[in-house]
Amino acid sequence: MRDKNAKKVVFHSEREMPTMIISVGSQTYNKTGAWRNIRPVIELDKCLKCGICWKFCPEPSIVIQDEWPVVDYDYCKGCGICAEECPAKCIVMVAEEK
Amino acid sequence: MKKVIMGNHALSYGALLARAQVIAAYPITPQTQVVELLSEMCADKILDAMFIKVESEHSAMAACIGASAAGARTFTATSAQGLALMHEMLHWASGGRHPVVMGNINRAMAPGWSIWTDQNDSLSQRDTGWMQYYCSSNQEVVDTVIQAFKVSEQLLIPGLVVLDAFALSHTYEVVDIPDQALVDKFLPPFQPEIRLTPSDPHAFGGLTSPDHYFELRYKLERDMEKAPALIEETGREFKKIFGRSLDLVDPYLCDDAELIFVTSGTAGYTARVAVDELRKEGLKAGNLRMRVFRPFPFARVREVVAKAKKVAVLDRNISYGAHGIFYQEVKSALYGPQPSPPVFGFIAGLGGRDITVDSFREISSYTLARAKPEEDIVWIGVKR
Amino acid sequence: MKKEKKMTLTLPEEELMSCGHLACQGCGATLAMRYVLKALGQKTVLCIPACCWAVIDGAFPHSSLDVPIYHCAFETAASTACGVKAGLEMVGDRETTVVAWAGDGGTFDIGLQALSGAAERNDDIIYVCYDNEAYMNTGIQRSSATPYGAWTTTTPVKFFKNQPKKDIVAIMAAHRIPYIATGSVAYPEDLYKKMKKAKDIKGTRFVHIFAPCPTGWKSRPDDSVKLARMAVQNGLFPLLEVENGEKITLNLKLKEKKPIKDYLRLQGRFRHLTEDQMMAMQAEVDARWERLVGGSRPL
Repeated sequence: MRDKNAKKVVFHSEREMPTMIISVGSQTYNKTGAWRNIRPVIELDKCLKCGICWKFCPEPSIVIQDEWPVVDYDYCKGCGICAEECPAKCIVMVAEEK
Repeated sequence: MKKVIMGNHALSYGALLARAQVIAAYPITPQTQVVELLSEMCADKILDAMFIKVESEHSAMAACIGASAAGARTFTATSAQGLALMHEMLHWASGGRHPVVMGNINRAMAPGWSIWTDQNDSLSQRDTGWMQYYCSSNQEVVDTVIQAFKVSEQLLIPGLVVLDAFALSHTYEVVDIPDQALVDKFLPPFQPEIRLTPSDPHAFGGLTSPDHYFELRYKLERDMEKAPALIEETGREFKKIFGRSLDLVDPYLCDDAELIFVTSGTAGYTARVAVDELRKEGLKAGNLRMRVFRPFPFARVREVVAKAKKVAVLDRNISYGAHGIFYQEVKSALYGPQPSPPVFGFIAGLGGRDITVDSFREISSYTLARAKPEEDIVWIGVKR
Repeated sequence: MKKEKKMTLTLPEEELMSCGHLACQGCGATLAMRYVLKALGQKTVLCIPACCWAVIDGAFPHSSLDVPIYHCAFETAASTACGVKAGLEMVGDRETTVVAWAGDGGTFDIGLQALSGAAERNDDIIYVCYDNEAYMNTGIQRSSATPYGAWTTTTPVKFFKNQPKKDIVAIMAAHRIPYIATGSVAYPEDLYKKMKKAKDIKGTRFVHIFAPCPTGWKSRPDDSVKLARMAVQNGLFPLLEVENGEKITLNLKLKEKKPIKDYLRLQGRFRHLTEDQMMAMQAEVDARWERLVGGSRPL
C-alpha cells in the first residue's frame, strides 16, 4: 500500500538478490513530486466535495483527509487534470518556486 | 511394468509419471504422438493435468512459463521449427528461473522441409540457458524426464530431453515403465517458495538495469554449475530405487581404448556395435556417448579420453562457418596445459541421412591413417 | 454546514496502486489501471507484456501495485495469462482473477495471435487492452490501432497514417466470447461496473479502454480526461458491451454527436489535417455510428 517511508532497495552483493527476478520493495520510495513545475492549490472554501479531483488523479496523489481532498505534494506530478476537471473551478495551478 | 512403446510415448509416460500439472503444446511431426497420448491420458483422467491446446509453439512456452510461475509442474514437447519458434521464450524460461521440462524430437531445420533427424534444432539453442539431455533409448527417455524434473526444480533451471526423429521417436522398444508410487517417492510435488499468488505479491521480471542484470545472470550460471554434481547424485538416487543409473556421459570400453568415438543420440548405440566389430578385428576402440550436453561435462570428458591415442567426434549437426558442435566443445574440454589426444571432427547424418556401422568404419580408417587432424570437418557420406 | 458534509466518492476509496510510478504527467493508462484494480480487487494476477505499463510499475526490484504481476514477452499477454490461470487452478486457486493487461501494440498487432487463440479456446481470463493508439513505450510508432490521419514517428506528416483503425471489438465479437466491453477513463463508474460484471463471468472477456497519451498525442497533460470524454461524446469511441458475439448494448446513447473537429484540434498529432481530410473522417465516424445504432454488423 501507500508506504511513504519506503526506502530504495539497494543490493551490495549477488547474495542479497533473489534467485528469481522479483520485486522486493515498494516504488513509493520514488518521490515524483520533484517532476512538476506547477502545483495544484485547492481553494477549500469553494470546494463542493464532489470527489472528482480525487477520482481523476493518475498517481493517485489526492487523498481524502477528514472529508477534504488533500494534495500529496511528495508525489503530485503537476499534470493539472484535477484543475481542469473540477466543476467548481476551485483548483488553481500555481508555478513552483525553486 | 514392461511395455513395448515408441520413443514419443516414452516422453508421454515420463510426463505422466512425473505428474505434470499443466501441458501446453502444439503439434509438429514427428512429435505429435507425444501430445496425442498426453491428451488421451488427460481425457481419461489418468493424468490430472490441464492441457492447453495452444495456437503456436511460442504460445506453448509462454503458457508453460505462466503456469510454472503460478506454481504448477509443466511439460511440453516440440521439434525443429517449433523449437526455433520458441527461441525467445527459451531465454525467458531460463532467465525467469522456471523449471519447465520439454521433450524435443531432433529434426532437421527447414528449408527444404525435412522431418528426419538432425541435431541442429536443439544445438542452436545451446546458449539459451536450458539443460540438455541426449537420449539413445526409450528407457532412457522415460527415466530422463523423471530425473530432469527433479534436477530442474532444485536448480530452477529448465531442461530439454532430446531424442532422434523416427530413429528413436517412432521406434518401438521394450521399456520398464517405473511404478508410480516409487516415482512419487523419488520426485516430490513441485512447491516453489516464490510463485504468483496474491497473498505474497511480487512483480516478476520487471525492468532490470545494468546495476542488476549482471548479478542475476551470474546467479543463473552459478546454479547451472551445480548441475553436473546434482545430475550425478540424482542418477545414483534413481539407481537405488529403480536399478538403472544415468550419468553425464556413457563410456563404453573406453578404459583401454586407443581410438574413442564421441557420439550422441541413436548414433551413440550404433557406435557400440561398431566398437564391438572393430575390437574383434583387433582395434582397441571405445565409445563415449554424450548424454548431457548442457551443462557440458568438461571434467568427465577429459577423464574418459585422457589415455586414448585419438578421439573421433561424430556430429549430426554443424555450426556453419565453424565446425560440428560436439567437436567444438570436446576440443574446448581438452584444451589446456595437460597433454591430450588429437581430436578429429566428422559430420554425418544431416537431414536424416543414415549413420551406420560402416560410417564408423570410415571414421576409424580415416583417423587411424593420420597422426593428427588435417581439417576440422571431415564429411562422411556426402555424395561429392 | 460544509464541514460535516462527506466527500462524494463514486468509487471505493481503497487504492491498489501506489504513487511513485513512472508514468508521464496526465497518463490515461494509469487511470485505467487504477479503476480496473478497484473493481477486480487484490485477488488478481496481471500479465503485462512490453508496453508502457512494463515500465510504469517501476524497475526491479520495486513495484507500485499491490497485486502480483508477471512481466511477459511482447506477444504473449494472452498465452501467459492462459498458462497462469491453468497453473493457479492446478495448485488449488480457483478464485484469483487472471488478467492480461496489454497496450494496443501488444493486442492489435504482435499479440493478436495469442489473443485469438485464447478467445477461440474460451480460456478463463480477462484481457484488458488499454489503447493509447500507438507504440508509445518505444517512442510513438504507429500501430494498427492508430487512427486514420494521425502523425506518429513512423507515419510522419507527409505519410500520415492512411489506414483506418483496426476494429478490435468486431474481431473479438467474431470469436463469440461471452463478454466484450469498451471503457473510457473519463467514465470511471461505467468502467468499474463493467469490470465487476466481467469478473463474475467465466470464459474469455475482453475490455478495450480508451487511454489518452499526452506525450504521444501531443496534447496537454491536463486534457487527458477531457479527450477521453470527447471521444465518447463524438462517437469515435462508443461505450458498449457485446455478449456472446451477438447482443450489442450501447451504454451511452448520444442524442447528438459532437463534431470531431474540436477533439482533433486539441491534439498535435492531427494538426496537419486539412478541412477535407477532417470532413472525410467525420463522414466515416457518422457512418460507423449509424451502423452501430442501427444494429447492423459488422460493428
